Amino acid sequence: MSIDDLIDNFAFFDCWEDKYQYVIDLGRQLEPLEDEYKCEQWKIKGCQSQVWLVPQFNDSHIHFRGDSDAILVKGIIAIVLLIYNDKTKDEIKRIDIAQIFAKLGLEENLTPSRRNGMMSMVAKIKEYADMI
Amino acid sequence: MVKVSDCGADIMYDANKIRNDFPILAKKINNRQIYYLDTSASAQKPFCVIDKMHYIYTEAYANPHRGSYYFADAITTEFEKARQTVAEFINARESREIIFTRNATEAINLVASSWGKDNLRSGDEVLISEAEHHANLVPWQQICLATGAKLVVTPVDDNGNFLEDEFIQRLSSKTKMVAITAMSNVLGTVFPIEQITEQAHKAGAKVLIDACQFAVHNHIDVQNIKCDFLAFSAHKTYGPSGVGALYGKAELLQKMPPYQFGGDMIDNVTYERTTFADIPARFEAGTPASVQAIGMAEGLRYMTNLGLANIMAHEKELTQYTLMRLKQVPNLKIVGQAKNRGGVFSFAIADIHPQDIAFILNKENVFIRTGHHCAQPIVNRMGYTSLARASLGLYSTTEDIDALVEALLKAEKFFREN
Repeated sequence: MSIDDLIDNFAFFDCWEDKYQYVIDLGRQLEPLEDEYKCEQWKIKGCQSQVWLVPQFNDSHIHFRGDSDAILVKGIIAIVLLIYNDKTKDEIKRIDIAQIFAKLGLEENLTPSRRNGMMSMVAKIKEYADMI
Repeated sequence: MVKVSDCGADIMYDANKIRNDFPILAKKINNRQIYYLDTSASAQKPFCVIDKMHYIYTEAYANPHRGSYYFADAITTEFEKARQTVAEFINARESREIIFTRNATEAINLVASSWGKDNLRSGDEVLISEAEHHANLVPWQQICLATGAKLVVTPVDDNGNFLEDEFIQRLSSKTKMVAITAMSNVLGTVFPIEQITEQAHKAGAKVLIDACQFAVHNHIDVQNIKCDFLAFSAHKTYGPSGVGALYGKAELLQKMPPYQFGGDMIDNVTYERTTFADIPARFEAGTPASVQAIGMAEGLRYMTNLGLANIMAHEKELTQYTLMRLKQVPNLKIVGQAKNRGGVFSFAIADIHPQDIAFILNKENVFIRTGHHCAQPIVNRMGYTSLARASLGLYSTTEDIDALVEALLKAEKFFREN
């Protein structure tokens, strides 16, 4: 599924319940991280729930795997990974995450509050991109 | 409803009417009523507090204790009247036993740092409970690390009950300070602070009470408790943020060295040395949060006018109602079921993350707290990394609780895997 497919899918929802039920489904479909990765090394700081992000560097691209103990956050992680996965450093830098989340109608998840730490996760992705 | 005797006149304590005193509670979000159940984190403010602060800024503002002109005199009078009001609220003997701080955390830091530096040595012990907020844990832990004293922790049982025998076992002549909460912000447990103080004094220890949660819901009398120090913050007692109070027995405060240095806490300054002012000024370096302190007094006056006994009776009744209603949510477990407890309810629903619960509740305009509640050790001790928490204030109603339960039922269904 591409991000454009996802935006199309989200356009069908006319209430927040259906929209977030779909986010939960995306979270449940996300391949869970093995317990060995759920450690301090891969933990994203500044989230109210526990969030882990593991990069795999493939030449000029990065593939991320992520997980959380909160299912809504896990769903949001699934979307963030769909947006950022298997991209080059330059592609990652060019992504306007706020704009995509606005199109999805999920902009409330990008507040600077510590609630779900999405901004911390995006910052970490960019930090990993700089390592390429 | 509960009978209120205010100025001798019997009126009914009607929380629905009292809500009208709090402008924010009338705010609608997405055209729907809001349900504020996070008073334990911070209370909402009545008009009288907001109006009083507005009055000071528009009619009587200057830097207190510095100028000798109309505004300076006016605010100094109000500021010192505020100190008197705080003293009366907790029944301190005299107003100079009240130090205005930024918040309760700073009040405890002041004691840990100033009293601790002078009185703690290697081999001494500081005794705290397992249910302390970080504010009454980390300052003691750090002063222990600096002085070589030992931090000793007395446990609670699985329901959050204070265990007197365990406490007494840990008390000894080594114990120099017992720093304990009067009411847990996670478990809602009310601690027997009079007995704790008596036992601690018998062992020769000083006692500091963290009354942040307790002050919101209960009458405080420091002369009855006999504690040496007590800390609470304005923002939880219906006053503004940015100010708190430390009570200390005058004879102890007078012996303590200054905590911070600067303006108005001095007596005489030369380049070589400084002599310091008497209490309370000695502990109030720099321009104080004067308008906030005046607002704090107004919040306390508001509580006093409603009647602490009436607030307590109302919240007690609502606590029973909440406990009864929460039982109706499938798989909900209340964390903290002490016999003596107040209107603070931490809970978990099966293995649904509290943050997920709070997300749905927020959508339903039900505002609660989630996370570790700045008390990680007790949250972990109860077997969690994060908890959801609803808490009552003097304006809370059964309607708030009904909305909470309805939203929890929705959340439980929403996240249940089918």
